[in-house]
Amino acid sequence: MTSPSSGEAVAKPSSSGLGRLLDQRVLLSIAVLAVLPWLLPSQALAVNVLIYGVVVMGYNLLFGYTGLLSFGQAAFFGAGAYFTGIAIGRYGVPWFAAVPIAVLLSTGLAAAIGIVSTRTRGIYFSMVTLALAQLVYYVALQASSFTGGENGLRGFTVDRISLLGFPVNFLDPVNKYYVLMAFAALAMWFQSRILNSPFGAVIEAIRENEQRARACGYDVERSKLIVFMLSGAISSLGGCMLALHLSIVPLDILHYQTSGMIVMMVLLGGARSFFGPFVGAAAFLILEDVISVWTPHWQLFVGAIFVLFVLFLPKGIWGTLLDTLGVGKARP
Amino acid sequence: MDLSLIIMQLLSGIALGAVLVITALGLTIVFGMLGVVNFAHGALFMIGAYAGLYLASLTGSFWWGLLLAPILIGGFGMLIEYVLIRRLYGRSIDDPLLLTFGLSYILVEGVRIVFGSDGIPFPTPPQLIGVLDLGIGFFPRYRLFVIALVAVVLLVLWLTLEKTRIGLIVRAGARDPTIMQVLGVDIGRVWLAIFGLGVGLAALGGVLAGPMRSVNPEMGSLVLAEAFVVTVIGGLGSIVGAVVAGLMVGISISLVALFAPEMATIVMFALMAVVLLIRPQGLFGIRGRTA
Repeated sequence: MTSPSSGEAVAKPSSSGLGRLLDQRVLLSIAVLAVLPWLLPSQALAVNVLIYGVVVMGYNLLFGYTGLLSFGQAAFFGAGAYFTGIAIGRYGVPWFAAVPIAVLLSTGLAAAIGIVSTRTRGIYFSMVTLALAQLVYYVALQASSFTGGENGLRGFTVDRISLLGFPVNFLDPVNKYYVLMAFAALAMWFQSRILNSPFGAVIEAIRENEQRARACGYDVERSKLIVFMLSGAISSLGGCMLALHLSIVPLDILHYQTSGMIVMMVLLGGARSFFGPFVGAAAFLILEDVISVWTPHWQLFVGAIFVLFVLFLPKGIWGTLLDTLGVGKARP
Repeated sequence: MDLSLIIMQLLSGIALGAVLVITALGLTIVFGMLGVVNFAHGALFMIGAYAGLYLASLTGSFWWGLLLAPILIGGFGMLIEYVLIRRLYGRSIDDPLLLTFGLSYILVEGVRIVFGSDGIPFPTPPQLIGVLDLGIGFFPRYRLFVIALVAVVLLVLWLTLEKTRIGLIVRAGARDPTIMQVLGVDIGRVWLAIFGLGVGLAALGGVLAGPMRSVNPEMGSLVLAEAFVVTVIGGLGSIVGAVVAGLMVGISISLVALFAPEMATIVMFALMAVVLLIRPQGLFGIRGRTA
């Protein structure tokens, strides 16, 4: 139930003790992510959960909260990574400046794709976002002097960074994890702010009933474009994190299979919940990790599990858990 | 650059477009009737190509492959509708899309397990090897055959839809399924048949494309994007739109390849963006339904 006239319906504090605790969703999420490297079997897995969690969280703004099923989120994930790599490797921009530049440029790309795609509705929107994201893929493939084409982008390793004057070895996985976690925390704070704002209520109103939102006087087209750009911005930050983490950007990051993976992650975890994207990213990556140990054909099983989720558990792991416990109006 | 070269390239574009038309048609007919966009359409195109190749080598004749693969894969499509998609009618319109996306993962990986990850060459049938002298230049016989066959399939489809009783039921069912049920038509069976037809057309596209492209498990992903572009340009649910847009995209790709080869893969997406800015519902789409 969403009331488009005010923001309070989205973030009304719950009365129960557990509910009140869960309303602190940003702090709780950061706390979980802080201990994640010790909960998961490997550090590498934890870093990936962090990165994909941010990408999927940004996507959730579009799919979960606004109800727009895009199949082109890889364009912004990839754009963030490519712009970061190009800024550092080609133009010698320091890493801390490269990240905001990359997010800004990716948001511009999201504006361009958003202007075309948000003019369409329903299934059309899914097809158009997929096609336009593939356009970005082919442009990156052809512009190989900038992007490295099929070989991916290389040659921008960030090995040593300076935090408040202290030199930090960025090749050390623990250091790297916590530096990247700072970005994730920033993204979560930003997303929570958006959801708690009146604008957050407007996008949920659009999801629930587009015509009614229009009748209430909200500019639906403009809101969709803005949420498309915000979602692209957050997902592109995940791309920046990936570029800093891997020191290469594979071309496949832009392919629609990556968009599809983002969709799978948000559904496995639970769309329309704050922490669901991280649960979904973790579930997908752990599945991939575990299954690929005994068969190279892990996609067969992941696909089958996803089909079962669509059929029988459409709210995902975290969403179903929240419903079962019945806690948290803010859906942490 | 002389005129005959441009005309030859135009013909190439029509042959390329013909495969796109058949593939996009399957997508658009299913959407027009069931309101479902099949994200596994590209994967089923790929399976069609593999099935055609396998059946051709089994029977020793390309023609058996061409005939049997669409029927077999169409039947498989009906199974998909009956077992999986049927459960999702009445739920969010996103659900069938998500389900078929998951399905495409399973299908692609299944083919990798059975046939391996590497591409397999699809031999051109011996009767159609070589080129034909058209007076202004030489054109591959196989491509001429593809254009002719697609024209025949389109004619048969059009006659069935417009002139027969079955076509009448199908067209009425697309407009108002509830009334059709009241009138005593088992709409579930119509949907089953239409989904099978759509998948069969994807498989036919796959077999036809086989000798023109190499056959590999990933071939479906490009085809899916192409089919989407064609249906979006033409207008989702419009058969005329799929035909016009398919030829338009095929010809654009061929002509651009002549002047600026590196832009060939990009041009169709640009075309789609322009059409969407001018007519969000596509060239032949009905406003309100999708845009």
